[in-house]
Amino acid sequence: MAVQTAQVPAQRKRKPALFGLIPAGKIERREALWFWIFISPWVIGFLAFTLYPIVMSAYYSMTVFNVASPPVWVGFDNYINLFNDRVYWKSLQVTGYYTLLSVPLGIFFGLMLAVLLNQRVPALGVFRTLYYLPALLGGSVAVALLFSWLLNPQFGAINLIIRTLVGPNGLIPLGITGPRWLQDPNWVIPSFTLMSLWGFGGTMLIYLSALQGVPTALYEAAEIDGANRIQQFFHVTVPMISPVILFTFITGVIGAMQQFTAAYVISGGMNLGAPAYSSMFYNLYLFLNAFRRYRMGLASAQAWILLIVILLLTLAMFWASRRYVHYESDEEGAI
Amino acid sequence: MATQTTSPNVRPATPLIRRGLWASKRRREQIVTIISTMIVAIGLIVILFPLVWMLSTSLKTRAEVAKFPPVWIPAIPQWDNYRAALTGENRFDIYFKNTMIYAGGAALGETLSCALVAYGFARLRAPGKNALFVLVLATMMLPFWVTLIPQYIIFARLGWIDTYLPLLVPKFFGSAYLIFLLRQFYKTLPKDYEEAALIDGAGYFGIWWRIIVPLSLPAVGAVAIMSFMFHYQDFMGPLLYINSQYNYPVSIGLQQFRAPFGGTAFHLLMAASLVTLIPPMVLFFLAQRYFIQGIVVTGVKG
Repeated sequence: MAVQTAQVPAQRKRKPALFGLIPAGKIERREALWFWIFISPWVIGFLAFTLYPIVMSAYYSMTVFNVASPPVWVGFDNYINLFNDRVYWKSLQVTGYYTLLSVPLGIFFGLMLAVLLNQRVPALGVFRTLYYLPALLGGSVAVALLFSWLLNPQFGAINLIIRTLVGPNGLIPLGITGPRWLQDPNWVIPSFTLMSLWGFGGTMLIYLSALQGVPTALYEAAEIDGANRIQQFFHVTVPMISPVILFTFITGVIGAMQQFTAAYVISGGMNLGAPAYSSMFYNLYLFLNAFRRYRMGLASAQAWILLIVILLLTLAMFWASRRYVHYESDEEGAI
Repeated sequence: MATQTTSPNVRPATPLIRRGLWASKRRREQIVTIISTMIVAIGLIVILFPLVWMLSTSLKTRAEVAKFPPVWIPAIPQWDNYRAALTGENRFDIYFKNTMIYAGGAALGETLSCALVAYGFARLRAPGKNALFVLVLATMMLPFWVTLIPQYIIFARLGWIDTYLPLLVPKFFGSAYLIFLLRQFYKTLPKDYEEAALIDGAGYFGIWWRIIVPLSLPAVGAVAIMSFMFHYQDFMGPLLYINSQYNYPVSIGLQQFRAPFGGTAFHLLMAASLVTLIPPMVLFFLAQRYFIQGIVVTGVKG
């Protein structure tokens, strides 16, 4: 989303008022007025439900506040307390591990599937629709419950398949019976990753349309130059769709860092973060502090740190991508 | 079907040396297509397996669910599980009614407000518009959690806890993602009609209502369906604001699922879960074209 605001100097006839926000001409004024009328729902919503809450959240993060009594100013105490809180560090680690594992894998599978589907596969529409279906349902409570059942170590289907294939009496008897998934702290994040990968059809869809936008002339030229399919993939396909890869990476990271529903549902709402804090996702801990312990100040500090981390990560990803992401010269200019 | 080019212009050397499967380019592409199709088809079985397992579990008896090693297919399908799962202590009739009110109301509010706002950003000229639009896009990055606590406090002070007001009212003020999506669509519409209407003395609101909305019905429909789908599945919002069972939406009702006689009865839980997935699936298959279009627009042009 590289925004190049190529500002066309506004036509100034006589006296534009209010720092140029009100144009001079009568017709322009009328149009500008209607612009503000049309976008007024968003402006009101932005002020009331975004800007004011952000400012208040910054204020609350400097207070001790339990809703029942008014906030008490404590300065940076909440931030210092978080810094010394081992569960908080654990929540950061859990979220970071999940993000690093699930986002690249999702991109990898999404891209691979898109490339395969792009090889003149028949009934493309049917495949596309059916692969996208899990992505559509992925965030629901039903799917979280389904995976907690699929990953049940004893009665679940996934270990049943593992046992059938490589169990003691399986097709290839290696004696592998499958891990304890959501009950083993070491396997909790891989389990959540598996669940998120089930929805990789969403990224696939974006890549597929990007692939269809790559001019075939480029492949023909590469072929004349003697490039094989693998070389074509790395030297034509990847550079051409790199802005889309960056987009899915950034949105993927932001999404993964905010994992909540599945983590909450799988713990049954009772033992948030169980077993042994291994599923204590960042926002689960935030929720726990805010709505179970009513430490609104502390939770606001957590939310603000999340905001800053997301902001810095996004900027870092844009910055790092300057070398690797290839943008076609954009005719349209701004956005 | 190897290419039989016997014309004298073609040098005979290449076809003679490179025989077999990879002889011609067309052959190679056919093989790639066949292999790709096979991988994609196998992958599809893997991807759809969880849903099949869900169906299979929902039709088992309690004994079959707790059997080790597990059974793949129930001996006699227990259709009665569905009645047992959806009635009794679990009032899914009420949950569905609440969900429809929530998702329907939210979809209405978001569609209406986003259609208005997007028109302003797509068509009308005003100083500072681009900067403001960048702000709209920037709010998409904003984690929902930063605004959550102050919003909760505002709504608690208004006495809106355990009602759908905190969840519905903000929807009437637009959502950045859907504004962006509609604006992209509006930008593709020809300007001729609007210009003609302006010359005829029509107002901007009239133009929006009589020209833009009818022309963009597919996109507006897509936005409405996406919004409905999102709020149908929303768990986080109701979790914060809805307390009493008679106000639960389906998502909370499912999370709080109670099996008759206690214990996690996975056959009943899967039956209830599957039923809750049916409305989004049906809606998706009916409107998949719009859906896919919407995702592609935001993804590629983002």
